[in-house]
Amino acid sequence: MPAASTKSAYWQGLRAGLPFLLVVMPFGMVFGVAATEAGLNLAEVMGFSVLVIAGAAQFTALQLMTENAPTLVVLISALAVNLRMVMYSAALTPYLGDAPIWQRALVAYVNFDQNYALSVQEYEARPERPMPEKIAFYFGATTPLAPVWLLATWLGAVLGMLIPAEYALDFAVPIAFLALVGPALRTLAHMAAALTSVVMALVFAAVPYNLGVLLAAALAMMVGAEIERRMAGRG
Amino acid sequence: MTYSDIEIWLIIVVLAIGTFLIRFSFLGLIGNRKGPPWVLRHLRYTTVSVLPALITPLVLWPDATGGQPDPARLAAAAMALAVGYLMKSAVGAILAGMGTLYLMLYLTG
Repeated sequence: MPAASTKSAYWQGLRAGLPFLLVVMPFGMVFGVAATEAGLNLAEVMGFSVLVIAGAAQFTALQLMTENAPTLVVLISALAVNLRMVMYSAALTPYLGDAPIWQRALVAYVNFDQNYALSVQEYEARPERPMPEKIAFYFGATTPLAPVWLLATWLGAVLGMLIPAEYALDFAVPIAFLALVGPALRTLAHMAAALTSVVMALVFAAVPYNLGVLLAAALAMMVGAEIERRMAGRG
Repeated sequence: MTYSDIEIWLIIVVLAIGTFLIRFSFLGLIGNRKGPPWVLRHLRYTTVSVLPALITPLVLWPDATGGQPDPARLAAAAMALAVGYLMKSAVGAILAGMGTLYLMLYLTG
């Protein structure tokens, strides 16, 4: 009964993704609040979450827009944050590459860090599962993520219009960023890249048009990659 | 923020298209060919390379205090980073960070 096993794969993915509600809800709400406080209207806030649908990149764009950075710098920085998803796309392709193009497009559109990680883990554990079940698992894991991201953003935007400035929500965005970085410091190479990024941001603080961020990021990526290469060479 | 409506929507739409193309890259355009290892090696570090550079000035010179370093915000940032790193928990980091901030602001009046 392929229909039944596809259905159970969907539910299995949904159960696996459920805990991430606790991550997506606060991040989405913080984005909605922060974007509203920064001066975006409801349509623009929702435009970000519906069309871009990528938390870290949205926060990056929002922060640079708050600093009135040039449009091109906003775009390059936010897209640079999303470049990690090239890896996700490459990792999903061996398993989902034969799905119809519209399904692959939908997979791409709703790709978060979490459904990627859960799905690749599942596909590696059970590579023999037919492709439709793999797709069903992916969309199961996506269900507590993508719709909740939109809902949470909307809630945050509506709340943001009501919350007075003395609640120090100016600092919610840096805290949200730190909450993304802390768990990502998995290896020495990641830590070295992050440290380089901090030091170079200070060195380049006076560079105009917020270009210092891009310079610091480029150097930090090189440091991370180089340390990984050397450590792999030794091992 | 001093962008016109058109500029804001331009940012949203270009970011949306760019992000989709990034996510669709291998799934829809490149297929099962492997990317060069050195490129993939750099991509692993994008998040930890961009975000700290953005965070650093926000933490050291917050707008809310007129660009003066602020003990409450420094402590909140340190707690958020420590909890995020040690517990590998984004939610824990947000709660610890905002909790520390409100506690410090309350204590320092």
